[in-house]
Amino acid sequence: MEHQNIIISASPHLHDASSTQKVMRDVIIALTPALLVGVYLFGVGTLIITATAIISCVLFEYLIQKYWLRKPLSINDYSAVVTGLLLAFNLPSNLPIWMVVVGSLVAIGVAKMSFGGLGFNIFNPALIGRVFLLISFPVQMTSWPLPIVNRMQYADAITGATSLGMVKEASLMGEPLSQISNQLTTQMDLFMGITGGSIGEMSALALLIGGLYLLIRKVITWHIPVVFLLTMFAMSGIFWWVDPQQYLNPVFHLLAGGAILGAFYMATDMVTSPMTPKGMMVFAFGIGVITVLIRLFGAYPEGVSFAILIMNAFVPLINTYTKPKRFGEPIRAKIL
Amino acid sequence: MLKTFKQGGIHPPENKLTCTKPIRSLPVPQTVYVPIAQHIGIPSEIVVELKQKVEVGQMIAQSGGYVSSSIHSPVAGTVTKLDKIIDSSGYKKQCIVIRSDAAEITDRAELPLKTEIELDAEAILNQINSCGIVGLGGATFPSFVKLHVDPKSKIDTLLINGVECEPYLTADHSLMLAKALEIKVGINILLKALHIQKAIIGIEANKQDAIQKFVEICKNDAHIQVAALQVKYPQGGEKQLIKALLNREVPKGGLPHQVGVIVHNVGTIFAIYEAVQHGKPLTDRVVTVTGKKVKDPGNFWVKIGTPIKDLIDAVGGMPEDTRKILNGGPMMGKALKNLDVPVTKGTSGIVLISDVEAERGPAMSCIKCARCISVCPMGLEPYLLMDLVEKNRPQIALENDVTTCIECGSCSYICPSHRPLLDYIRYGKDLVKKN
Repeated sequence: MEHQNIIISASPHLHDASSTQKVMRDVIIALTPALLVGVYLFGVGTLIITATAIISCVLFEYLIQKYWLRKPLSINDYSAVVTGLLLAFNLPSNLPIWMVVVGSLVAIGVAKMSFGGLGFNIFNPALIGRVFLLISFPVQMTSWPLPIVNRMQYADAITGATSLGMVKEASLMGEPLSQISNQLTTQMDLFMGITGGSIGEMSALALLIGGLYLLIRKVITWHIPVVFLLTMFAMSGIFWWVDPQQYLNPVFHLLAGGAILGAFYMATDMVTSPMTPKGMMVFAFGIGVITVLIRLFGAYPEGVSFAILIMNAFVPLINTYTKPKRFGEPIRAKIL
Repeated sequence: MLKTFKQGGIHPPENKLTCTKPIRSLPVPQTVYVPIAQHIGIPSEIVVELKQKVEVGQMIAQSGGYVSSSIHSPVAGTVTKLDKIIDSSGYKKQCIVIRSDAAEITDRAELPLKTEIELDAEAILNQINSCGIVGLGGATFPSFVKLHVDPKSKIDTLLINGVECEPYLTADHSLMLAKALEIKVGINILLKALHIQKAIIGIEANKQDAIQKFVEICKNDAHIQVAALQVKYPQGGEKQLIKALLNREVPKGGLPHQVGVIVHNVGTIFAIYEAVQHGKPLTDRVVTVTGKKVKDPGNFWVKIGTPIKDLIDAVGGMPEDTRKILNGGPMMGKALKNLDVPVTKGTSGIVLISDVEAERGPAMSCIKCARCISVCPMGLEPYLLMDLVEKNRPQIALENDVTTCIECGSCSYICPSHRPLLDYIRYGKDLVKKN
């Protein structure tokens, strides 16, 4: 007696109903508060840049899959939307549209699809797009529209330097920090996001709310953000303690620039981060150290993007040396 | 804080629809199909002839070696065929077909409680062996072999597995409620056979009534502890249970006796009680027949060899939208296509899964979310193992401990990309064996 409708497959026969789409949707939800702050601060610029980045990322993924790779389409997984959103978050709100499109092409075409699409890329696609633009168009990529006053301006927005930019300039000129301290944004404004900078990195508060959501939804674990930020705090704290005249205090380091955005949304990208908690902590520690080194001693005022990309390259190596403890195997010291 | 194992584990919806249902007797079927390979190890050897009359409990196939078990007739009747039929593996296997003489339907003969243990240790083991007792939790490992331990291995604790962590199944639960006193005697029998003084019953916290019952009947027996466990799958796995109750880790590739423990399922303990105290061979067992759309799901005493279509008829027939028929629980059970498949010693439940739940989502690329690693109770990297097997690298998979996988299915359950992780890992284990 056999039944036509009956299917057979190997166990397990249950699934917890999660899906890649739901994971990506959670990331999009988590990014929404910061996006709203971006709209509040930069108005039309935010809307134009974000829409351009998302549309072009999805479009490039679609075109490459359909006409070049001829693979089944996967734009339904929303991962291109997340890449577009994160790319926009890392751009100034007055960047010309064509540059946003170029950045999206590099992010999706070079950093993602050329490796084989979602899940196979080694580097964070949005950061590759951003760094490509930064190196190619350094002037446009570092002119930051002032917040609030530019809500209705896009291309002709009034720009200014960021706090980290001013600090870098001062240190290159050999001036002590006290000379520029009254020009720097206050820490409270940094926390709320009333400052110049990339669209999505402004408000630590909004980013932390989204980060908390990701933690609660178990999309990310605490290991990467906490270890990354603690490492940054400790390392910049040591320099500040040694010479507060030359170095910024650690709280300012955490709140300014892309530290929070990077810690919760970029470094935690599942595809390009290690697999075990142990590995994640090694990875995050590396990002923290490299970020502070670049901020204090590098040519660029901000180093989060470079730090994450550099550590992305180490992920396969980290995975090899931080395997989970097998059941029934004694805990033994492994080379880290 | 309730005890549990620390590494990995999941919590699928419990769906214990039949947890308040008492065990009913399923009518004796007209014909039973008794496979001769119902246990792990060597198949039994048939000792009856065609057209031979057999009695209930008469041995019809004898143990084929050390790791084997004998099989007894579940009914009184005539051997009509010695044929091959499809069993739950999907393959045709040798089986003994017996037509029952019973003119009328009778309930299961309940034996009186007998607490005094007359047999000595050796006689107990012999009785367990000759009555064909195998592990009823699902693994069907011959119980006699498990108990016949090397005297050097220093067993100190007997663990009783009343965890039943599989969703839907309540066979062990209903048995614990119905036969608690008998199970307690069974525990004492095993303690006597093993010459040890300590037993722990592990029961998950979703079976409070069973926990209370055992606490109540064991309150004057200091040597039997009752431990409530946090609900977590796969806690019923031997290694996970030992970790949860005693915090001992069975070494990689090792067996429980290496850490001084023997684990038996409550169903097995009850079968041992009946074998040792009443000389009754293992010819029936409790089976849960359930499903969300099933009219009257329940727990049944079922004769070994009963076709599962009889079980499905007993719960009001198969719901229309049934897409999967499972022999066992939804996490580790086997999907069946043929309803003539007989109940064997290892059948703990028949679960009917409807449309929505039955189908797997399309497999997508791995997004390296690492959930498979975080739920693996054995500390493996399922994503990596699948990748290695896909690329035909069994040697590297072996170096990454593919063979220690207990096939609990937690990785496939949790994967947001619906990747068939366990399918590939099983295939990898096969490849490793062949090389």
